[in-house]
Amino acid sequence: MAEPILKATNIETYYGPIMAIRGVSFEVAAGSIVTILGSNGAGKTTVLKTVCGVMDPQKGTVAFEGREIQRMDPDKVMRLGISHVPEGREVFPFLSVRENLRMGAYTRRDADEVARDLETVFGYFPVLQARADQRAGSLSGGEQQMLAISRALMARPKVMLLDEPSLGLSPKLVKDIFDIIVRINRERGVTILLVEQNANMALSVGDYGYVLEVGRIVMADTCARLVEKEDIKEFYLGIKDQGARGQRRWKKRKTWR
Amino acid sequence: METRRGRVSDFLQLTLNGVAVGCIYGLVALGFVLIYKATELVNFAQGDLLMLGAFVCYMAVVWWGLDYWLAFVLAVVTIAAFGALLDRFVLRYVIGQPQFAVVMLTIGLGSMFRTFASVTWGSEIYTLPTPFGGVWHIGSITLSHQYLSIILGTLALCGALYAFFNWTRIGIAMQATSQNQLAAYYMGIPVKMIFSLIWAISAGVATSAGVLLAPVTLIDTNMGLAVTIKAFAAAVLGGFGSIPGALVGGVVIGLVELYAGGYAKPLGIEDWKDTAPYVALLLMLIVRPQGLFGSLGRKKV
Repeated sequence: MAEPILKATNIETYYGPIMAIRGVSFEVAAGSIVTILGSNGAGKTTVLKTVCGVMDPQKGTVAFEGREIQRMDPDKVMRLGISHVPEGREVFPFLSVRENLRMGAYTRRDADEVARDLETVFGYFPVLQARADQRAGSLSGGEQQMLAISRALMARPKVMLLDEPSLGLSPKLVKDIFDIIVRINRERGVTILLVEQNANMALSVGDYGYVLEVGRIVMADTCARLVEKEDIKEFYLGIKDQGARGQRRWKKRKTWR
Repeated sequence: METRRGRVSDFLQLTLNGVAVGCIYGLVALGFVLIYKATELVNFAQGDLLMLGAFVCYMAVVWWGLDYWLAFVLAVVTIAAFGALLDRFVLRYVIGQPQFAVVMLTIGLGSMFRTFASVTWGSEIYTLPTPFGGVWHIGSITLSHQYLSIILGTLALCGALYAFFNWTRIGIAMQATSQNQLAAYYMGIPVKMIFSLIWAISAGVATSAGVLLAPVTLIDTNMGLAVTIKAFAAAVLGGFGSIPGALVGGVVIGLVELYAGGYAKPLGIEDWKDTAPYVALLLMLIVRPQGLFGSLGRKKV
């Protein structure tokens, strides 16, 4: 594995007295797509919030390009080059699409380059160009997701944190969005940390994957190998193994329990 | 015929003065709304910032002998900076606390400012000399420059604020912060700095209102109190959270107040002037609870 651009070591994050992350460590290699899988309440969103600085871990460190960032304010972390596409889009509803994108480039001073990037994201998502002067709140869920990704891209990040980009979208749209995510990674060299429930999609685009359960990493491997594992197949991909006589054991235990 | 013309000119006179007074309420209400939209705090010390601003301007003109316009700018800058400091060192620590605590805090701050003012400047009533002493007569209507200056000043200020919020990067960032604070953080917008800036703008607007109002009501330590309450009524009338609503609400309250003062007196009801705005507000809340420009808050689940 190449030198990690982002590295979390033993982070523990609490919501008040509730421990959401119980000592999570992971590495994200520069230029790769890393995915964290997990079901509802596993702590996926909390991991991203801890990385981007909205939540501070009680223990452990988050290092970006070798620099510890775990106590920084989110706007400072963002200025270092980590953009966050939050769960549920979080666009600015009463600003136009164009203004939303401009806000994505808020930290940048190079107006010409910003204009060029605006063209680039309109290239990725032509529908946004058609609706450039419409209020973001009037867009459909899928368009808002496109806007949220584009807005994060406008900051020219080194790392993009994507929190469930497939949430609430049709299968066709999910595929389109993931195609663009791969293109962003390949064409612009943006490292991507992707948190997903849609394991099928995430494993098909990811290079390396972690499985998060109840605040702990229970499995880590390349995505190519993860899809082959029995537990992943059964619990995350929903592929059921048939027994010799067409029967299954009534209840299977996960190997990590 | 003669009396009829008299009645029309009375009406026009009251309208003019009502709009002028309403502009002041509107400006203070604007301060309420700006702060509320961004930080979800209601600042009941808004009117007392207005009073402090008027005093600073008075000091600059009368004690230090500065030019009126220079003093005006100085007062706005001073109180705006004071507003930013207030946010940085006091209000920032109550964000997220119960509304009740915040309301008590700002009411407390307001009375601290009044006490400070009466200790510093005494309880006399001061007259701020302005370049707007003259009057124009059109028919039987008196256009006093004081009232005109209020209306024109308000228009200019609103135009400037509109341009600032819609056409500058930081202005749009302020809108963005009001709409989605968390997402603003994700964009790298310095949210805390934006809050201080919004306080500065609100305080600056209140000061402008104070200086414009000074020749009409004269300056004393309690000049802000009555304005605060009526401006709050104006903000609610306009639909709390709507900027055009605050201004229109202010003008409506001003007009209702003046009409009530002008037309109720002959009927033998003396105190209508101060009561009528609240009656109007109550009616409004019964008929259209979300206010003139407000939208019903429907929360999506």
